[in-house]
Amino acid sequence: MTLLAIEGLHVGYGDVPVLSGVSMKIEQGEIVALIGANGAGKTTTLKTVSGLLRARSGTVTFTGKPIHTWAPHRIVGAGLVQVAEGRRLFPRMTVLENLEMGAFRPGPKQQRPQSLQQVFDLFPRLAERKKQLAGTLSGGEQQMLAIGRALMTKPTLLMLDEPSLGLAPMLVQSIFEVVRRINQEGTTVLIVEQNAVQTLSMADRGYVLENGQIVLSGEGNALIQDERIREAYLGL
Amino acid sequence: MKRSILKPTHRNWLILALIILVAIVILALRWEQTVFWLSRYGIVLRQATVTGLLIGGVYGLVAMGLTLIFGVLGIINFAHGSLMTVGMYLTFVLFTRYGVDPYLSVLITVPVLFGIGLVVQRFIIHPARNAPEHNQLLLTLGLALFIQNFLLVLFTATPRSIRLAYGRGETPIGPFMIDFPLRIWGTTITLPKLAAFVFALALAGGLYLLLQRTDLGKAIRAVAQDRDGAALVGIDTQRINMITFGLGTACVGAAAALVLPFFFVDPLAGDTFNITAFVTVVLGGMGSIPGAMLGGLIIGLTQELGVVLAPSSIKLLGVFIVFILVLLFRPQGLLGVKS
Repeated sequence: MTLLAIEGLHVGYGDVPVLSGVSMKIEQGEIVALIGANGAGKTTTLKTVSGLLRARSGTVTFTGKPIHTWAPHRIVGAGLVQVAEGRRLFPRMTVLENLEMGAFRPGPKQQRPQSLQQVFDLFPRLAERKKQLAGTLSGGEQQMLAIGRALMTKPTLLMLDEPSLGLAPMLVQSIFEVVRRINQEGTTVLIVEQNAVQTLSMADRGYVLENGQIVLSGEGNALIQDERIREAYLGL
Repeated sequence: MKRSILKPTHRNWLILALIILVAIVILALRWEQTVFWLSRYGIVLRQATVTGLLIGGVYGLVAMGLTLIFGVLGIINFAHGSLMTVGMYLTFVLFTRYGVDPYLSVLITVPVLFGIGLVVQRFIIHPARNAPEHNQLLLTLGLALFIQNFLLVLFTATPRSIRLAYGRGETPIGPFMIDFPLRIWGTTITLPKLAAFVFALALAGGLYLLLQRTDLGKAIRAVAQDRDGAALVGIDTQRINMITFGLGTACVGAAAALVLPFFFVDPLAGDTFNITAFVTVVLGGMGSIPGAMLGGLIIGLTQELGVVLAPSSIKLLGVFIVFILVLLFRPQGLLGVKS
């Protein structure tokens, strides 16, 4: 079943076009990677899908419903949740309060205790630091909290924007582990990364974004073998 | 670019020295009064301290509303004082027409001002959300002018006040009979000022608890700290904007009813409180709720002590000296967060 369908998305800031006709499809249960260089339009794509930016034209359909005119909170309520670039935590609130805010909407709020337990199982470090202010956490812990907070919303489709950005290689490994585990437990994942090899080897399928257009798509392992990809992104 | 030869820290000390110099000059000019309270009659000082703290609680409540709105919506609400005037006239009318006790009318002014806040945000502020901030600021200034002149038409410029039927002599407070005005350690405390202080502090505490403990309060803080982050966990940020504006104006609704028994109301009465509140908010740290209350108490205290020291025509001098000092050494305000 197609969970998310993006068709002919045109987005710009002022007069500057950023996306010129992006189309993608995500099936239920998949991990899909969106890779591309800095400024290709990856973050803009996710922001538009989340409702933080408005498209000039094009449609976004989630579980059969057109959501491109919806406000962000309504999109979250439908089960489409983003872990944004830069984490967007509430720095002067505690780890626990940040997680509680993840389960702000009525549905997730009812499952708040169970969801908290699941997040603490996934990231024991967060349980140790639950009284600490989010702004005082290390980069890796903040990323864990951002993912944990998104999981509290009970997403059907989780979108991650560069979760490995600024993290030490060992932490990157464990974040990727977690993403795989979240997917195995039934959540569909769209992951945006510059870290192309690792992302593609984990993903079922991948899309390559260049100057606001999808230039290549295919199975993750196939893309790693692709000459153009190897040259442009893998430096091989 | 031209560079100052003085390092910023040196400049700070220079300004500090200037302020101390000004203070010494004032003390010297008012030498008799200074000696008067320093040596024998500490009672003047004590009275000023008590009065300052009592009125400071109300300043704090007004400033809390202002800082709450600033923290979440990022706008400085110039209509805050005029909305307080609306609350004061509401209290006045309720008292003179219907005989409603001003302390009881808090139960009416708070929800009414909350409602007015919701409407103002939804139909005046919200449509301009994408306009530059200075335009939004002008919008609230325009609203203030409109309210002031509207009240002028309705009530004329005549200052009006109300007088409580009780509060002098033996007054029952709960199970106790208390003789007002209270006399403690030589100072005089009137019932209206004490009641204003107690209720203002209680309401401020209630608002603080709401923000700290409830999901709604946490959502308000979340929006203030990261608007996009809040939207991405499913918080309806526009709804939070509206509720926050309502809560902010509800603060002046309460303050309005509390000050009327010892103050007066004319179409500009609330604005005098709002000007103090601007200073208070910056002093306490923009967006900081406890900072607003702390700032309110400090401003009240400084203002009253200023009257003792300096001629009453420059009683705000002390306030601005304290203000400049705080900004020199803690630019983010007393309890503010560095941006």
